[in-house]
Amino acid sequence: MAALITFQNVCKYYHMGDSTVTAADHISFSIGAGEFTAIVGSSGSGKSTCMNIIGCLDVPSEGTYLLSGQDVGQMNKNQLAEIRNELLGFIFQQYNLLPKLNLLENVEVPLMYAGVPRGERRDRAHAALEQVGLGDKWRHRPMELSGGQQQRVSIARALVGNPSVILADEPTGALDSRTGREVLAMLQNLHRAGHTVVLITHDNSIAVQAQRIIRLEDGRVVYDGPADAPEAVVTPRAAGMRGGADA
Amino acid sequence: MSITESLSLALKNIVSSKVRTLLTMLGIIIGVAAVIVIVGLGSGLENYIADSFSSMGTNTLTVSVQARGATRTMEVEDMYQIVADHPGELDLCSPTVSMMGGVKIGTETTSTSVSGVSEDYSHIYGYTVAQGRGLQYSDIATRSKVCVVGAYVNQAYFGGKAVGQTLRVAGQALTIVGVLDQREDTMEEGGSDDCLYLPYSTAARLGGSRVSSYVVTMVDEDRIDQSKGVLESALRSFFGSDDYYTIITMSELLDTMTGMINILVGVLAGIAAISLVVGGIGIMNIMLVSVTERTREIGVRKSLGAKEGTIMEQFVMEAAVTSALGGLIGIALGYLLSAAATVVVARFMGEALTVAPTLFAVLMAFGISAGIGVLFGYLPAKKAARLNPIDALHYD
Repeated sequence: MAALITFQNVCKYYHMGDSTVTAADHISFSIGAGEFTAIVGSSGSGKSTCMNIIGCLDVPSEGTYLLSGQDVGQMNKNQLAEIRNELLGFIFQQYNLLPKLNLLENVEVPLMYAGVPRGERRDRAHAALEQVGLGDKWRHRPMELSGGQQQRVSIARALVGNPSVILADEPTGALDSRTGREVLAMLQNLHRAGHTVVLITHDNSIAVQAQRIIRLEDGRVVYDGPADAPEAVVTPRAAGMRGGADA
Repeated sequence: MSITESLSLALKNIVSSKVRTLLTMLGIIIGVAAVIVIVGLGSGLENYIADSFSSMGTNTLTVSVQARGATRTMEVEDMYQIVADHPGELDLCSPTVSMMGGVKIGTETTSTSVSGVSEDYSHIYGYTVAQGRGLQYSDIATRSKVCVVGAYVNQAYFGGKAVGQTLRVAGQALTIVGVLDQREDTMEEGGSDDCLYLPYSTAARLGGSRVSSYVVTMVDEDRIDQSKGVLESALRSFFGSDDYYTIITMSELLDTMTGMINILVGVLAGIAAISLVVGGIGIMNIMLVSVTERTREIGVRKSLGAKEGTIMEQFVMEAAVTSALGGLIGIALGYLLSAAATVVVARFMGEALTVAPTLFAVLMAFGISAGIGVLFGYLPAKKAARLNPIDALHYD
């Protein structure tokens, strides 16, 4: 499988007054097309930094990030915006739908920025809403929907531009466990349909739904392997202290 | 994203918060309406004055002679000779002798304006006789004790039967030989129908003074400078100096008045335009608040691929549309207020002064208001465009 996402010794430093915080410390991994990967870690582990870099919202301080073979670190803001538009589909914890637009218009937004003509945009947005089972509700405003439904709209929005990578940041964080499972099932379906899915979460029980887990701690990769291996859900520190699984 | 798309996006955002938008636009609305009304009032005033002047004859030259100290005295015949010597430029001439003190009719003293004139005076100003006859050359030559009166004097003091009656001017009894046609729509005391004309020769004798003022008409109204020049050189050679006479043309007077009105209107419109700037600052203020409120939206849009220029365009467009919309409402309000002002002026001041918004003022007010939107929308839009998408996405 050709590598779609490649991290080579990626470092990220933040300057807080006089001190420098290392959020990513020589992280290297690569994710192939069609994989379903969970990047997991507790808060402060560097997973948000990873997600921002993968999502082209931020660039590494050191090291190289290649997306589809392009070196993102060397790009300017406009090029990054184009990459986000063409190659990435975002799913956020808080859905982040635009409250003044109806569902169809919300799903159309990425296509609008891609310069897709109005008619085609409508058709594709309708199709994406159909795909998540909300085709008949396209006139509604996001606030008129339940959390699970809103998250499905944001999945439709992530899919509509036909991106290379779907990047889900704690997609079940604001949902109850039942709707959370539905959303996860939807992500698994997308994976089965051939999409590359990267899931960012702090929750092991969510992470194990993926095919592969990359576990981060203090800005370093501490595990990178199949999700069904026992070590995948055990943090080395917790294993040393309690000898048990961190569920 | 195309212009029409950012336009419809801006309209959508404006419509979704109507009250706020209206309050934001208020400064622009007031400013544009004020500019339109003031400029309209100015041009109305200009037309009104031009009309008044043209009824006084824009083809006339008024000559006053200050003969004191001059080596030669000018008789009326000398002036007539000068006019007769220049038939290509000068046409009619009438001495004018203004008499103070009004008219005594019976036991009542009126404030009627009294002028001694020649038989040509009525031709110069186009006055027509309604009853009886006008002044004639023989009246002047014989210093007849006759006069013609305006329609107001006829109506108010003689019940419409003035011809044949007598009145007294400066103690001298005069017989009314004619009544002029009504000149104003509504007659009133002190108006142009409250007048009396007698032969200038009679007036000069009653006043005990030499004739010192003349009105001369030009053959061609478009050759003012040439006609005035001819008269001027004739008078200069007569007196041997240009210290003893002045020539005033009505059109010069009109130009002076118009210039003064234009300055006044310019100053007032400038003051009104300040409110456009204040309105623009109001728009900037609201746009800055709006950018803060919509930080998260901006973050989402950026994460979905909006470039800085696109976000910038969206916010500038929103400010410009708000401002231009305010401009349009202001134009409508300006037209409404102009119409109202016309009615009010007619009702309470009895003057037919039309407050007409000029196309130039309307276009300029609209252009300035839209420009102000772009200008004052720029700073907030730049702030929005520069937002870091990561921070914006996590903004609450």
